[in-house]
Amino acid sequence: MKKHLITAFLMTIATTILLGVIYPLLITVLAQVLFKDKANGQLRYRNGEVIGSRIIGQAFTSAKYFHSRPSAAGNGYDAANSGGTNLAPTNQKLIDRVRSDASALHQENPSQLIPVDLLTTSASGLDPEISPAAAEFQIPRIARERGVAEATLRKLVQSHTDQRDLGLLGEPRVNVLELNLALDDLTSKHGQTD
Amino acid sequence: MTINGWLQIFVFLGLIFAVAKPLGVFLTRVFAREHTFLDPVLRPIERLLYRLTGVDESHEMRWTEYATTMLIFSAVSMLVLYLIQRIQGVLPFNPQHFGAVAPEHLAFNTAASFTTNTNWQAYSGETTMTYFTQMAGLAYHNFASAATGIVLAIAFIRGIARRQMNTLGNFWVDFVRCCLWVLLPFCVVGSLLLVSQGVVQNLRPYDTVKLVEPQQVQRLGADGKPVVDAAGKPVMDTVTTQTIAQGPVASQEIIKEWGTNGGGFFNANSAHPFENPTPLANLIEMFSIFAIGSGLTYTLGRMTGSPAHGWAVWSAMAILFLVGVTTAYWAEAKGNPLYPASIAQHASNSQPGGNMEGKETRFGIANSALFATVTTDASCGAINGWHDSFTPLGGMVPLVNIMLSEVIFGGVGSGMYGILIYIVLAVFIAGLMVGRTPEYLGKKIEAYDVKMAMLVSLVFPLIILTLTGISVVKGFGTTGISNPGPHGLSQILYAFTSSAGNNGSAFGGLTVNTLWYDAATGITTLVGRFFMIIPMLAIAGNLVQKKYVPPSLGTFPVTTPLFTLLLISVILILGALTFFPALSLGPILEHLLMQVGKTF
Repeated sequence: MKKHLITAFLMTIATTILLGVIYPLLITVLAQVLFKDKANGQLRYRNGEVIGSRIIGQAFTSAKYFHSRPSAAGNGYDAANSGGTNLAPTNQKLIDRVRSDASALHQENPSQLIPVDLLTTSASGLDPEISPAAAEFQIPRIARERGVAEATLRKLVQSHTDQRDLGLLGEPRVNVLELNLALDDLTSKHGQTD
Repeated sequence: MTINGWLQIFVFLGLIFAVAKPLGVFLTRVFAREHTFLDPVLRPIERLLYRLTGVDESHEMRWTEYATTMLIFSAVSMLVLYLIQRIQGVLPFNPQHFGAVAPEHLAFNTAASFTTNTNWQAYSGETTMTYFTQMAGLAYHNFASAATGIVLAIAFIRGIARRQMNTLGNFWVDFVRCCLWVLLPFCVVGSLLLVSQGVVQNLRPYDTVKLVEPQQVQRLGADGKPVVDAAGKPVMDTVTTQTIAQGPVASQEIIKEWGTNGGGFFNANSAHPFENPTPLANLIEMFSIFAIGSGLTYTLGRMTGSPAHGWAVWSAMAILFLVGVTTAYWAEAKGNPLYPASIAQHASNSQPGGNMEGKETRFGIANSALFATVTTDASCGAINGWHDSFTPLGGMVPLVNIMLSEVIFGGVGSGMYGILIYIVLAVFIAGLMVGRTPEYLGKKIEAYDVKMAMLVSLVFPLIILTLTGISVVKGFGTTGISNPGPHGLSQILYAFTSSAGNNGSAFGGLTVNTLWYDAATGITTLVGRFFMIIPMLAIAGNLVQKKYVPPSLGTFPVTTPLFTLLLISVILILGALTFFPALSLGPILEHLLMQVGKTF
């Protein structure tokens, strides 16, 4: 019994050093060498300032930008506090929120049905993407706000639409941050990304 | 439901089928201590570990010693994890300057949960755990608890395969070989694959970025609720920056899946873009959850000399998997009938449609339903969408999967010994039907074996239903409920089912970081793990001593579709009917009320 206890203690220490320290540090070094940008979170810069991560969503609420999905991470797109609402489909709070958001969006673009992803919070609260339909739904508003032709915006959305991985996996999607940065570039003479 | 969605599901199942034999053969060779292509690298490390820890490689253990060793190791490593959490403030790799994990019951709950391969998380990773705790505490236990599960399954299979012997192997040798040969090499390759998809792997402090568009947000108090001013209006703040949590995620992400642990680096688990950034990463993660479980069915067949039996078990698992994923996909794709008609909930090429609350755009409905099924068929518990926000029937699928003891490919090792318990009962029932002493692969199944199998089958529902019962009638239980109505019962039922089944997923709205839930679910994970393992090893210790009985005309063949069907029936009857009354008051009632437009 005592022998097993000593072995158990030594085994915990020895394997912790191997699997809990050496292994993750080795992977960190390899990842930093092989995939530096991805290993550090794909940070994006504009005019020398870091303005976000390509794959972490941020909130856009003014009419001239494509809006992200609603978020329940902290008080909204808090990337140090990920999470969802965990509201059940029968929870009155969820139905009230969806109804009130839907009526606002319906006024903005009465000619189309509202894509459901634009009204629902994501699981992480940091979803960087919306569906192509959700981007299409917002085109008339942005065309109005920015004085750009809808066709131009449609082309911009298309060029920022990621198809399914390997043509099969997941869903088609549009990265909101990238799309909005491109939108700023499109409408501002001095817009630059570096 | 779309054709593309079904294609994705069948491609996934095809991969799980394809991996069964090669991985099964590899596992057999590793635990038979035969030569593998990794020996030149790993054998010296293995010898070094034995020398450092004083393990005698040639020593063989009876079931009692095997069980004792495993228990001592679990207790010691659990204690170390508790201590790491409590002193993490002064340990290295703490760029956010987190203090000790507090209160004590949270640290206890986490230690119990990670030691038992549950990875129930009453904390939020990015606001609580230092990088050191994540790596050396939590990710380490992802290896250790997974290896423990796998070697126990191997010990059980040896109990069937060996004849007239006393011993089941050496726990330490099996454990070390499992870590080095089965877990580590795949994790090195897999974690780099995940990094190539965008899973982060660094030790840097959290980044602060300047938002493209500053936002007005509600100020949140310490309790996470909006702060209101004297007039009752929410206090608003202007936010110009976003803090982005970082960390050594990929190295932990891959073992979280490969070892069916499920404990996320971040609160949002595999829904977080830094844990699961692309649909391809999602496929790698789901594949990792099922791979070893699938391989072990072939190992079972190979070690016992009946590969066809392994495939018969695999088929039962595949059928149950398809039933689950079909139900979940169908229910989620239908969407929420309570939403107004101005919302498009049908799938098309430009949008996922369906019940998208708590789901990610890149995964849509098919991959969220598939992931939820996979993570609960196995005892993984990682999530890529919140089960709490699933439709009532969609959310019932993960719940029922855990109630069936997670034997559908199952947790690494635990799925195998779980289904072996069902197999013992199935051949016993078949034996009763023809009036003969039942045999299983040449071993007579007698009263002692069946008693132990029944003990396992009874402890599991007993602890779940008892603690759920207490929680729904006491204030300390019901205050945690966030979704009123029948869904509240589902939340509590899911919490205890998940902890007893060592799954770790949750109906996450339930507030569980309280003394009652931390203590009750923490103890439940320990009971659910070790009260399963000890009777299971007792059966193995009994079987290993028995003589081989050659098959006769009266032997019930365990390689036929009839056996597969019987096994499925036993699993469904024993597992599901035990819980049917509770399910009818939770998800089934909620489904019926939702159809008539009732909200809570």
